[in-house]
Amino acid sequence: MRSTGLTLGHVRHGFPPFVRSGLSGTESAATVRGFRAHLALRVRRGSRLVAFNASYALCQFLPGPNVVNLSVIFGGRIRGPLGSLVALVGLIGPPFVIVSVLALAYARFGAIAALQRMLVGIAAAAAGLVLGTCAKMALPLLRDRFALAPSMALVTFAAIGVMRWPLHWSLALLVPVSIAIAWVRR
Amino acid sequence: MNDATLTRLAGHFALMSLFAIGGANSAVPEMQRVAVEVEHWMTARQFTGLFALAQLAPGPNVIIVTLIGYQAAGLLGALVATLAMCGPSCLFAFYIGRISERMKGEVWTAVQSGLLPISIGLIAASGFVVASAAAHNAAAVLVTVFAAVLCSARRLNPLWIFAAAALLGIADLL
Repeated sequence: MRSTGLTLGHVRHGFPPFVRSGLSGTESAATVRGFRAHLALRVRRGSRLVAFNASYALCQFLPGPNVVNLSVIFGGRIRGPLGSLVALVGLIGPPFVIVSVLALAYARFGAIAALQRMLVGIAAAAAGLVLGTCAKMALPLLRDRFALAPSMALVTFAAIGVMRWPLHWSLALLVPVSIAIAWVRR
Repeated sequence: MNDATLTRLAGHFALMSLFAIGGANSAVPEMQRVAVEVEHWMTARQFTGLFALAQLAPGPNVIIVTLIGYQAAGLLGALVATLAMCGPSCLFAFYIGRISERMKGEVWTAVQSGLLPISIGLIAASGFVVASAAAHNAAAVLVTVFAAVLCSARRLNPLWIFAAAALLGIADLL
């Protein structure tokens, strides 16, 4: 049953899982894993897990921050608009506070050479993780017989990563082309 | 820190919100282009530092936007940037979530399979842009390659890889 107003129950039961999932991972995948594990332990887990998995599948294709979208859709499915809002604030709120403190610290100490080198090292490693994960995602595309999907990925990479063209103009052109190709080949 | 900066933060990130196909990480090249080249809110080196901080911090990837907003216009900037990056896509996601039961069939499948290569291209661009900004020397390139191989080879908490890379940085090898 969907309730119409924001009750204490929303906050008491809605907040903790989203706060915990917001703080649990250094990357989306870990957040999602932690959240799903948490849900599996709760009562009425069957229907909620189904709603969660459906929301998760949808979020892979929506624009914007994935986990944020996930919390909005999932929160909405179990409690309507207010469920979305509670989920969103629960997910983003605590990290926002922590990151603001980090930003303050960076503004003050960011010029220290050793710290800069440390962060460059971490950025280099993080970029490697992004590329490695991306390679895993791209492997199934390579089975494409006419290499059209890999070509779309390559053109997108070149436009944004190499040519550094503005994102919205590039995608305004590439997205319709890519969807049209997928439609013709369906 | 002024109203004009806040307005520009809101405009840039609200637009980015709707074009970040594949998640916040997909928009990292655009964030760097806007923050460093278009608006001059920070140097390329500072952006790389903020990207690393966002990876270390607990929470979803999108919090790099909070760091950029803070660097550009303080705490208010952080809030405006975060809300702008989440707002439009959240409204869109909420709406799609409502009607998604009805979105079955060929059109929807074509949209999904059309967007997949785009998001892979964007994420690859993201890794490439940060890797080249961090590649001050051969050792830094090796760290990137090593992390990529480790990540595809097996499950490992990324914090261990970050710790090793941070030590190499402190030891002045990067």
